[in-house]
Amino acid sequence: MSAATDAAPVAAPANPISQSIRDSLVVAKRNLIRMSRIPEMVIFGLIQPIMFVVLFSYVFGGSMNIGGSTNPDRYREFLMAGIFAQTVTFATAGAGAGIADDMHKGLIDRFRSLPMARGAVLTGRTLADLVQTALTLLVLAVVALLVGWRTHTNIGEVLAAFGLLLLLGYAFTWIGALIGLSVRTPEAATSGGLIWLFPVTFISNAFVDSSRMTPWLQHVADWNPFSATVQACRELFGNPGVTPSDAWPMQHPVWASLIYSVLIVLIFRTLAVRKYRSATA
Amino acid sequence: MPGAIYAEGLVKTFGDVRALDGVDLDVPEGTVLGLLGPNGAGKTTAVRCLTTLLRPDSGTAVVAGIDVLKHPDAVRRSVGLSGQFAAVDEYLTGRENLQMVGQLYQMRAKAAKARADELLEQFHLADAADRTAKTYSGGMRRRLDLAAALVVSPPVMFMDEPTTGLDPRNRQQLWDVIKQLVSGGTTLLLTTQYLEEADHLAHDIAVVDQGHVIARGTSDQLKARTGGERVEVVVHEREHIPAAAEVLSGFGKGETTVEEHMRKLTVPVTGGAKLLAEVIRELDTRGIEIDDIGLRRPTLDDVFLSLTGHVAEAKDGENGASQDTKGAKRRKETAK
Repeated sequence: MSAATDAAPVAAPANPISQSIRDSLVVAKRNLIRMSRIPEMVIFGLIQPIMFVVLFSYVFGGSMNIGGSTNPDRYREFLMAGIFAQTVTFATAGAGAGIADDMHKGLIDRFRSLPMARGAVLTGRTLADLVQTALTLLVLAVVALLVGWRTHTNIGEVLAAFGLLLLLGYAFTWIGALIGLSVRTPEAATSGGLIWLFPVTFISNAFVDSSRMTPWLQHVADWNPFSATVQACRELFGNPGVTPSDAWPMQHPVWASLIYSVLIVLIFRTLAVRKYRSATA
Repeated sequence: MPGAIYAEGLVKTFGDVRALDGVDLDVPEGTVLGLLGPNGAGKTTAVRCLTTLLRPDSGTAVVAGIDVLKHPDAVRRSVGLSGQFAAVDEYLTGRENLQMVGQLYQMRAKAAKARADELLEQFHLADAADRTAKTYSGGMRRRLDLAAALVVSPPVMFMDEPTTGLDPRNRQQLWDVIKQLVSGGTTLLLTTQYLEEADHLAHDIAVVDQGHVIARGTSDQLKARTGGERVEVVVHEREHIPAAAEVLSGFGKGETTVEEHMRKLTVPVTGGAKLLAEVIRELDTRGIEIDDIGLRRPTLDDVFLSLTGHVAEAKDGENGASQDTKGAKRRKETAK
């Protein structure tokens, strides 16, 4: 019985919460190592939002009417919060593709056969995506400053805005996790993670003045969780915004953004972890 | 007392398909059970149920003395699983992979690292320890996957088709590793579609087909069920076939079968090597020149064929086992 009994000591099941945190960090580390070894993924993730900054500010800049002004500099300041918010939500596709890939390669089976915390594989992935999102935002903010974006508030408010953006991105990666567990291939997870983001991010106040939309569309835009974060960031950055609407989320965007993001995390984390428990490749 | 792996009446359905239709298993501690069957027989589903990856619709499963349905987490601490696909992260190095698995088995980081180094050494991967698994050959990945399943030296191991897709040399290497493991006292349930593999590694064999265990026993017992040994002769000249057939019929315990195009004759016999010597002498006396002669014991291919009426065949032709299944295919042709 030698080989069977001289086993490396396996710690007794620890406190479930500390075990869950520890396991999540182990998985997050694994995903960060992976990302560092596939730098092209990170680079492509950066090119796209930078392209949007440049295209929107120079192509659309002169034709946009923001609060009665068509000054392109004004549009540039208006635009950045929208681009930032859209960029963080695009992390959804990465999370979904990563998890679908793990399913496909049998890694999820391996994880599920280990005595680890149930949600840790997904939490680890979303935490790693959060780090990547933070890096992307940092680079994007520098590019935004280069094309003339400025904030007009104190550092605390600016940081709070970035905090809301990161929280939104984190919430959306949980939607990505659920998508990744539900589709058959990583390719499907990538497109499935992106397609619906276009209506979500465009039927909003992110790129245009939503008060000029058809009333029902404006209504959707006003209550869109994505709009709440964009509006909150504009307020916290001191950037020009759209004509304020009477909708509650537009009147209290910071609170609305917080509530929406936390709700998304709670709902989609629950669904994704449940799906993970019964996942089969 | 039930064995280290025990299952009674396991049923699992996927839609209309009864993947497991009442499977009973009992593997005594320290032994190897080979779960043998073609693709789609339910082998993988059985392993997934026993390793907590799937919840069976009904039935009982006890692994390492723990009820799988009631205490899945405790079971996970006591089993190692090595799957059909080498489930390693290809962007992590060999060492990082093993270290991560160790930590997720709740080992401390330092202990996990030490254990990883030990395993890399044991599985001849030390030189490749700091290369990403992406650069590994198929055989190396399988070894890494197996090492990952052994991080905590679990008392009970499950290996789902551990050598599918490996070339013969790598398969032999993996077999050696598995034998070493078993000699250390680990209880192992191994699924395979390679009859030779079950013959090589397993103490007991359970033959599975369409969600049922259709036969069980040692390799010898199963072979005995199919019939005993036989003499096979390949004559040099085609015109010698009738004469040779006459000789063989004199010694045989049954009908002599002739494969004209291969100039091969087969007859069931009893009497072993002594009888074989007599056959050779008689053929020689009559001046019948032979290319090949031998005493053949039934292979598990024959067993499978006689039990199920069809041959255990790999669905996909890409695996390295063509040599093993060639025999099966040939016999299938004969059977037609």
